[in-house]
Amino acid sequence: MTTTDTTGMTGTTDAREHADPLVIAGREFGSRLIMGTGGAPSMRVLAEALAASGTELTTVAMRRVDPAARGSVLDVLRRLDIDVLPNTAGCFTAGEAVLTAKLAREALGTDWVKLEVIADEHTLLPDPIELVDAAEQLVDAGFTVLPYTNDDPVLARRLEQLGCAAVMPLGSPIGSGLGIRNPHNIELIVEQAQVPVILDAGLGTASDAALAMELGCDAVLLATAVTRAQSPAAMAAAMRHAVRAGRLARLAGRIPKRRHAQASSPWEGIGTS
Amino acid sequence: MRVTVNGQSRELPEGTTVAAVVATVTEATTGVAVAINDEVVSRGSWAGTAVRDQDRVEVLTAVQGG
Repeated sequence: MTTTDTTGMTGTTDAREHADPLVIAGREFGSRLIMGTGGAPSMRVLAEALAASGTELTTVAMRRVDPAARGSVLDVLRRLDIDVLPNTAGCFTAGEAVLTAKLAREALGTDWVKLEVIADEHTLLPDPIELVDAAEQLVDAGFTVLPYTNDDPVLARRLEQLGCAAVMPLGSPIGSGLGIRNPHNIELIVEQAQVPVILDAGLGTASDAALAMELGCDAVLLATAVTRAQSPAAMAAAMRHAVRAGRLARLAGRIPKRRHAQASSPWEGIGTS
Repeated sequence: MRVTVNGQSRELPEGTTVAAVVATVTEATTGVAVAINDEVVSRGSWAGTAVRDQDRVEVLTAVQGG
């Protein structure tokens, strides 16, 4: 017997999804939507958005303690039972990123890190030279490294070869909302990867997240598209459904694209001929 | 002695421990990490480690981001 939940999806579908977990470095996640926490106007709005997204893994940044700060993002994540994924945002060199990852491990008790080494403040694009250097050092130090990378299949392959637990190519620049600018490269990365591919950065709306999953990505990581939407919780719910829909469509196997029409109703037996 | 704590120069008495420095910027003891001169000092060593003249102490925690 199947039951229908509020999303209109049947119990059978949910059961299939539960048998299709995201696995990163041996850890299973029911949700394929990884959230970031940056950009939310308040902790309350952030909490509502995270809950609506269904995420089980969420990024935080490491910064100097602000004695005047009220409420901690860690309290929000603990209350919602969401695992924390520290990032190295704001680091420009391998040395800075490695130190930040080590501080995060000490503060948060996790050796998982979203490795981010950017080239400049204007584009926030990854610096591939520093990124590979940092990834190598962190893998050697026993970290589970999830690198934010360019949509470059060669760089993604290098990162995988040196032991990263996933590769996280950008769709477009961080916070730009431009979506996936090079879907061809994302497909190439997916085809060759033996580790999960997580589309990270640049997504603007639900169709972008669905496209990422349809291209074969294993998960999506996003923040700004939700936290700076006019209604963050509503957009978080949209992203949750888009990721599920895109994943189901990928597994279902889409029809090939054709140049000409192909009738879906039979030609035989038309009564007016 | 002069010690820089999170970018601010401070005059501290000789023998001040890392734990005492942390206590000046936050009441929290979990979710916080310390580096001195770009080397992590593990929480278990805070009480037994004294800061030295000209040290750069960074006390970090998790904030919204990414």
